[in-house]
Amino acid sequence: MAVATEQPAVDLREPAGWRRTKNRVATFVMWLAFVVTLVPLGFVAYTVISKGASAITWSFLTKGPIPPNVLPVTIGGMGPAVIGTLEITGFAALMAVPLGVLGAVYINEYGGNRALARVIGFMADVMTGVPSIVMGLFIFSIWVLHFGYSGLAGAFALGCLMLPVVIRSSYEMLRLVPDNLREASYALGATKARVTLTVVLPAAVGGIVSGALLAIARAAGETAPLLFTILTVESTNTNLFSGANTALSTQIFANASQPFLGAQARAWGSALTLIAIAFIVMIVARVVTALFTRYSR
Amino acid sequence: MSTVTQADPAKAAGSASPLSQRRPLGDRGFQILALASGLLVLVILVLIAVTTTQQSTSWFTTAGFKGIFSTNWNPPNQFGALPFVYGTVITSVIAIVIAVPVSVSIALLLTEVVPRRWAQPIVYVIDLLAVVPSVVWGLWGILVFVPWVQRIYSSIGSGVNGIPVLGSLFGPPTSGASFFTAGIILAIMITPIVTSLSREVIATVPTIDREGAYALGATRWEMIRGAVWPHSQNGVVGAVLLGLGRAMGETIAAALVIGSSATVTSRLFSTGYSMPAVIANQFGEASGEFRAALIGLGVLLFVITIVINLAARGIVERSTRRMRGAAVSGELPAAVVVGGGPN
Repeated sequence: MAVATEQPAVDLREPAGWRRTKNRVATFVMWLAFVVTLVPLGFVAYTVISKGASAITWSFLTKGPIPPNVLPVTIGGMGPAVIGTLEITGFAALMAVPLGVLGAVYINEYGGNRALARVIGFMADVMTGVPSIVMGLFIFSIWVLHFGYSGLAGAFALGCLMLPVVIRSSYEMLRLVPDNLREASYALGATKARVTLTVVLPAAVGGIVSGALLAIARAAGETAPLLFTILTVESTNTNLFSGANTALSTQIFANASQPFLGAQARAWGSALTLIAIAFIVMIVARVVTALFTRYSR
Repeated sequence: MSTVTQADPAKAAGSASPLSQRRPLGDRGFQILALASGLLVLVILVLIAVTTTQQSTSWFTTAGFKGIFSTNWNPPNQFGALPFVYGTVITSVIAIVIAVPVSVSIALLLTEVVPRRWAQPIVYVIDLLAVVPSVVWGLWGILVFVPWVQRIYSSIGSGVNGIPVLGSLFGPPTSGASFFTAGIILAIMITPIVTSLSREVIATVPTIDREGAYALGATRWEMIRGAVWPHSQNGVVGAVLLGLGRAMGETIAAALVIGSSATVTSRLFSTGYSMPAVIANQFGEASGEFRAALIGLGVLLFVITIVINLAARGIVERSTRRMRGAAVSGELPAAVVVGGGPN
């Protein structure tokens, strides 16, 4: 008994001296890195909100046409660009989301270990790295040169950007659906299509929808693919399928380097509008995730 | 049974006999639809390469290798692409040098330092950087950041003027809109993706390795150096390459803050140009050979980014798969693996 009490207690505290110092410095540097990234984020949020809020009024959001850039921000409005952004992004989503989900269904449900499925999955990842301006040039070469500028061309370009993102996020969600569900459905005699459509996809729907919404939020802010596909104009064009169109992002790009205060104010107002749209979509995505996610990592 | 299937495929798809030899038409149709959607990815990638190359062949053939990689950019006669290639490389290298240490630090912070329930809010905040559209970074860059940073550049520039190496890197003439400004903005923009990929890679390091290091008395930093880093080094290289690809293709922000002058210079604080930026700025006025040259720049950009992405994805995939394999197939009792899981 005496021997046991004489034994020194094991020291479980942090090692002293330079090892501890080094550890603390490393931890400090990690936190510092996080704080450093907050600086530009806070800076940009502050500027966009303070400068954008003073430009935004109801008529700024709904009225058109967009005035020449020498005029002050109180005249006209960005209505045409708001409509353009919504219709182009919406149609892009209408094309890319179903195709993306189906692509993911192929990779996860039908592909198995087949080489083709792995190649498609891998190339979808690679496709997310294709620069957005190249997508614009691609649609210009394959569509605009033959059929002219239109909102549809812009939607094609945005759709091409969204497709691999939707495939990726849907695939991740399908992978989480437990095999028990599939096996139970097969045991009841269902066909593979029926299992996929009525059991697997509903089980993963929360994650798939929120992934798609995040892709839409990203696409709404894209500028480069729209520059040579919709050819920015100043008045509302509700016909998606013919005639040049306009969007918030391309309007910001056109106004950003102008010396006129009216143009700059319009750019800030449009920037805040664009971020607000993206934010609303993102919040919806989070709500969908919270409400409908059954299987998560 | 089979006649019923043929006569009424819709009904058969719903309630086919499980023992039926034939697959109902709807089932087969759905499989083909899914396969076609998957193949669309490959088709689009091939079409991008084919159509853009077609539109730019005249530039590639008339200019030739020497013409393409010359510094003479005088539309509508000479279309040397070197200033743009140079600008793209310089700005993305600056972006990488700034973004990688920051991103890897944040990734380590998220995986090794903060408790799980704090990690998620931090991830949300970092992802907000990716929500701000490129054109908004550009707008902020040109109207707010450039005027502010201009004074810093000019005082650094006059300070190092005449000093051998520093002078030729940071010396005058300085401009707020420059290679370096573009590099900083690109660094901000690629931080979220490099962070999330690094985090993914680092998270695959087996917990047992971490605990082993701690058991030997290592501090957290020593554990990171000894257990986490050797495992995740390759994967992080992949993440960095992906960030590089993003930085090279980033268009609008760079187009607004790079200064738009086609020059090759070692001075980082002077105005320059990059491949995507020149396409965005000049495509509207271009036609004929000029347009072919700009689309050709797009083709070069496509090839470069595809090669980088192929390499990067390959590296990331291989390293995460190997790590997962190591964690699962290690000769450990299941209880240890489960008990050692992160909590």
